[in-house]
Amino acid sequence: MELGPYLVLATLEGAVTAAVLALTAVGLSLVFGVMRVVNIAHGEFFMLGAVLAWWIAQSVVGHPAIGFALALVAAPLIVGALAVAADMTILKRLDYDPERTIVATIGLLYIIQQVTLMGYGPDARPVEAPFNTRLALPWFEHGAEGWQMIWPWGLGTTSYKLAVIGAAVALLCAVWALMARTRIGLVMRATQADREMALAFGIPVERVYAGVFGLGAALAALAGVLIVPIQQAHYLMGADPLLLSFIVVIIGGLGSLPGTVLAAVLIGLSDGIISVFFSPTLAKILATLLVGLVLVFRPQGLFGARGA
Amino acid sequence: MKVYALHVGLLALLLALHFVLPAYHHGNLARVMVLASYAMGYNLMFGYTGLLSLGHALFFAAGMYGMGLGVQHLGLSAAPALILGLAAGAVVAGVLAALALRTAGVAFMIVTLMFAQAGYLSVLYFGALTRGDEGFVIQQADRMLWGVNLSDEGNRYLAALLLFGTCLMLCLWLVRSPFGRVLVAIRENEERVRMLGYDVFAHKFAVMVLSGTMAAAAGASYGLLFGYVGATFASVQYSIFPLLWVLLGGAGTVLGPFIGTLFMFYLIDLSSGVTTAYMLIAGVALVVLTLFAPQGLMGEVRRRIWRGLP
Repeated sequence: MELGPYLVLATLEGAVTAAVLALTAVGLSLVFGVMRVVNIAHGEFFMLGAVLAWWIAQSVVGHPAIGFALALVAAPLIVGALAVAADMTILKRLDYDPERTIVATIGLLYIIQQVTLMGYGPDARPVEAPFNTRLALPWFEHGAEGWQMIWPWGLGTTSYKLAVIGAAVALLCAVWALMARTRIGLVMRATQADREMALAFGIPVERVYAGVFGLGAALAALAGVLIVPIQQAHYLMGADPLLLSFIVVIIGGLGSLPGTVLAAVLIGLSDGIISVFFSPTLAKILATLLVGLVLVFRPQGLFGARGA
Repeated sequence: MKVYALHVGLLALLLALHFVLPAYHHGNLARVMVLASYAMGYNLMFGYTGLLSLGHALFFAAGMYGMGLGVQHLGLSAAPALILGLAAGAVVAGVLAALALRTAGVAFMIVTLMFAQAGYLSVLYFGALTRGDEGFVIQQADRMLWGVNLSDEGNRYLAALLLFGTCLMLCLWLVRSPFGRVLVAIRENEERVRMLGYDVFAHKFAVMVLSGTMAAAAGASYGLLFGYVGATFASVQYSIFPLLWVLLGGAGTVLGPFIGTLFMFYLIDLSSGVTTAYMLIAGVALVVLTLFAPQGLMGEVRRRIWRGLP
């Protein structure tokens, strides 16, 4: 293959990464924005989504699409409920102190990870996609008889990957609508802006916190369900999404949703492209260094407003 | 006086144990003492100055790889390799301090985490030099320090005790000195310390370099005493461990890191006989500690029994 088709392929793969990453990172960003809690266990909610998807898909008989559709609904609900329980039993009792909650969520990370290891085992297991047609893509080339359309070998994608991108866009629009257009979103934004004042106006801040933590975890779980037909479910799969979401949330500006989505697209695409042409490890080194330096020199994020 | 009696007494007890412990626990205790030195370095920053770092594995690994690569690729003998390890730790800590101390609170935690992660990935990326995940073994012939064979179990225990004793006494002296008092004041109220005319940044910088160097000393000694250098020691897990040990033993107490390390080591040692998911214990311990005993074991002792415990 020449460079052109190669680049298109890398961009397509990067777009899938970006879609899943945006969902995970928006969850992390919501939790940080509203609750000021840095949730280190966020990647484990992603992993739980994927593992639950496998568990539901293999226990449902019939067409794979039925099991998958069920997983798409049930897994985020279960993970969300778990997160609400964790919030009420642990985070609430720490008064949402930023430093102590970080330590507690590190503990939560190990608990979730190791319980999954004991229950699910160390194997990576696949889930069959509900539909998976191969779509070849054309390429235009200037040959002997002018411009012509060719079908290079290997250039293509699957209908499922495109569906993932579509689903992520739809879900992100839904989250935006929830935050900007509904009463629930209004209450969340009020809590984010001034916790004390919200409390004074009769907003049940603790219930809002529990809800936000659950919603954030559910979004991560949903991303996990969406990715599992492409990757496989594994008990250690939460580490990479956690790191990448952190990168995205920090570069996008802590707690800013549009910035987070923009950064997810940027990081997802560049991660896809850099990983194709260079070593993935090098891409990660550069990304982590970038995050550290952004936090040091531009703590409001690359897209965040100053003083926000 | 009572204070010195307690700490010197502990060292004397450890020396006495050298002659009576069975081989298995003898080896374990040597390991615990080296790791406790690492935790004490961490405690200087976290317990006394209130700087929560999530990237101390970077310093531990800097010491370990500074020493290990010196032996492996530069053909150094043990003593200069140890010094190279210490210097590597101090330089890395200095650079990270200059960058990370511009931030505070949560941002500081994430910056240290990210740089440590970059360090870990670099160890993997330069696999040709470091042998990546697999790591490398320090040959027995290279583990001779001034004619003493450190791979011998007795010598290893005494060397670990020497390291531990040095770090313990250094910490004890430091936290009771005026410098240490300023550190505690920074932890309690940074603004007021600044207003009183102290240079807060200089104090934080100094303690971070010191803490990193102590971690590097532990890392280099670990490599030298146990003869293995590997990328696991640079991973996030090894940044979390000292936090766990210090929290368990009691942040801001001189003996806390040792008690915490000892306790956790045996907890994991016993539980790994039962299940492979031994990190579960660490997770549960972290959550329970932050919920119910944020002061740790020695912190409780200080609160209930002896208020003057350093």
